[in-house]
Amino acid sequence: MELNPLSMVKFLSLALAGLITATAHAAPPFEDTLAQRLQACTGCHGEQGRATPGGYQPRLAGKPAGYLYHQLLNFRDGRRDYGPMTALVDPLSDAYLHEIAAYFAALEVPYPTPQPSTAAPAVLQRGEQLVLQGDAARGVPACNQCHGETMMGVAPAIPGLLGLPRDYVNAQLGAWRNGKRRAQSPDCMAHVARQLSLADIDAVSQWLASQPVPANGKLLTALPEGHKLPAACGGVSAEAATAAGTVR
Amino acid sequence: MSSRRIGLWALASVAVIGALAAGVVALNLRGEGDLSAEIAAAQPSSQPASTELLARGAYLARAGNCMACHTSRGGEPYAGGRGIDTPFGTVYSSNLTPDEQTGLGRWSAPAFWRAMHHGRSADGRLLVPAFPYTSTTQVTRADSDALFAYLRSLPPVMQAARPHDLRFPFNTQAALAVWRALYFQPGEFQPDAARSAEWNRGAYLVQGLGHCNACHAHRNALGATTGPLDLGGGLIPVQNWYAPSLTDAREAGVADWTESEIVALLKSGVVDRHGALEVASGPMGEVVLRSTQYLSDADLGAMAVYLKTLGDTPGQAPAPAEPPSVVTTADIRGAKLYADHCASCHGDRGEGVPGAYPPLAGNRAVTMAMPANLVRIVLEGGFAPATSGNPRPFGMPPFAQTFTNDDLAAVLTHLRRSWGNRAEPVTAVDVNRYRDGGMR
Repeated sequence: MELNPLSMVKFLSLALAGLITATAHAAPPFEDTLAQRLQACTGCHGEQGRATPGGYQPRLAGKPAGYLYHQLLNFRDGRRDYGPMTALVDPLSDAYLHEIAAYFAALEVPYPTPQPSTAAPAVLQRGEQLVLQGDAARGVPACNQCHGETMMGVAPAIPGLLGLPRDYVNAQLGAWRNGKRRAQSPDCMAHVARQLSLADIDAVSQWLASQPVPANGKLLTALPEGHKLPAACGGVSAEAATAAGTVR
Repeated sequence: MSSRRIGLWALASVAVIGALAAGVVALNLRGEGDLSAEIAAAQPSSQPASTELLARGAYLARAGNCMACHTSRGGEPYAGGRGIDTPFGTVYSSNLTPDEQTGLGRWSAPAFWRAMHHGRSADGRLLVPAFPYTSTTQVTRADSDALFAYLRSLPPVMQAARPHDLRFPFNTQAALAVWRALYFQPGEFQPDAARSAEWNRGAYLVQGLGHCNACHAHRNALGATTGPLDLGGGLIPVQNWYAPSLTDAREAGVADWTESEIVALLKSGVVDRHGALEVASGPMGEVVLRSTQYLSDADLGAMAVYLKTLGDTPGQAPAPAEPPSVVTTADIRGAKLYADHCASCHGDRGEGVPGAYPPLAGNRAVTMAMPANLVRIVLEGGFAPATSGNPRPFGMPPFAQTFTNDDLAAVLTHLRRSWGNRAEPVTAVDVNRYRDGGMR
């Protein structure tokens, strides 16, 4: 058979066009992975749980597993009040919630650059002061007293405070202040939040959300030797509150 | 009118009202016999119940899913306090733990039986029918006693029942008495001699403790169903989920399922039927999670045998409406939204993924007349229940913050009229009607 170069080119370009169309429309091949099973989470919290700081949903990737597990229980048992989350976790077992928490905790994905703050310098200054020094007169410890020196959290149960959307941090502190968000008793964060005014909460959220994650910023595996938490927290076991330990 | 005639009218009216009241009272007490005397004489048993009895009671409590209503979110099991929203107000469940002051501590087995069978509390009050005594009246005395023995063995929790928050007149005993006279008749399960023992066991579980008709039946304006035999489907008030008909092949009738498929769905919450995944979603997922997954294969098999006979006649599919020849902008929008948000899991042709994602083509949940569940599933997303048969379920993301009412109507209409599906379109008004449901 003799090949006509022109029809050959035509055939190839048609085939190529077909291939491109097919690629554009084909769904990603189905793989039975945990990521596949957890699309209910990543639909809002972003691919790999890396929600961007511009929205409301918090990032999940790299948060300590114990903290994530406690939050799933808190939604299920009514200590946190967000209907869509409660509806999602309601039919799940403790074992699966553990697995989900561990999955997102283990994801190491880069943090995006924070959104520039539009708050007045005085507000940011107040925020920085509260975060780094606390307010001894009102019994408010500095955030990094518990959340790690660089505020990237302490395993297994204390979350990092950087790389979160401002609105989310603001809403959480507000909810703790008015009792809509609770943690296992004793609820140390409720105590802290109740000492803060709404203006304080705004300042803290503005400052935290504007901070980049430090280059060496990493979740601590345990509190530094000899360090003791300034308050008892129900979500943090007695062992973990002084040294490495497991989630209660 | 003379004063004498007025007097006669008044007298006649009083007589009629009196007779009606007496009738209502009589209807409320029918069948109780000497139960009051038995309750008065009953002593709390000092004999510890046998292990077998307790195990049976625990199993029956699972079969009845008592815990689901009688436990508040995050609260102690069976200590009550959960709010159940009804069109008449909120009913709060009672404390079933054996606490002396606030629970069943001072109750006796015959008093418990009277509650289950006659819908009257230990102190004689008429109970609100949110407690499904219209179904539990079918339960045998022996099963009631076992259940009571089990509840007595729980750790007592002191937690006073919160008073119901019902509107007038629904908050009165008189209204309850009238309701009961109209819609409630005590009656123990009567086996059908023409059917097998297995069928009868299934019927007993479905109609009695299972109280399936509490959801799977239509309720009238006063919240009454036509009884435990009506499993023709109904919208769950306030929750806004539709419990599909168990008698209709176009909804959730299972006449053409195999028994093992029915058992698998009730046991693990999902079943693959010829490569098409069926999922117990919404409130049924909760039933599987807390109740049916714990039932024995024999009991689930019996329920399957019974359920299969409910839809003996295959549903008459309505004459398939031809898809409209004019393509509207909403059609184009629906197809586009489907391609952008749904097709990556449910497939370009609604074919789904076996074992993971249900197909939408030929799926009864998509095509059944009532669109409430479709609206809720897409807005809320959700996981199948985590059961021992399906411990790591797949989940669907919620789309409440993605789709407007118009978007969702367009995408649901697309599902209902594509790939051979021929159901009525869904409107933005439908979406708005079913978008919210109470959850506690």
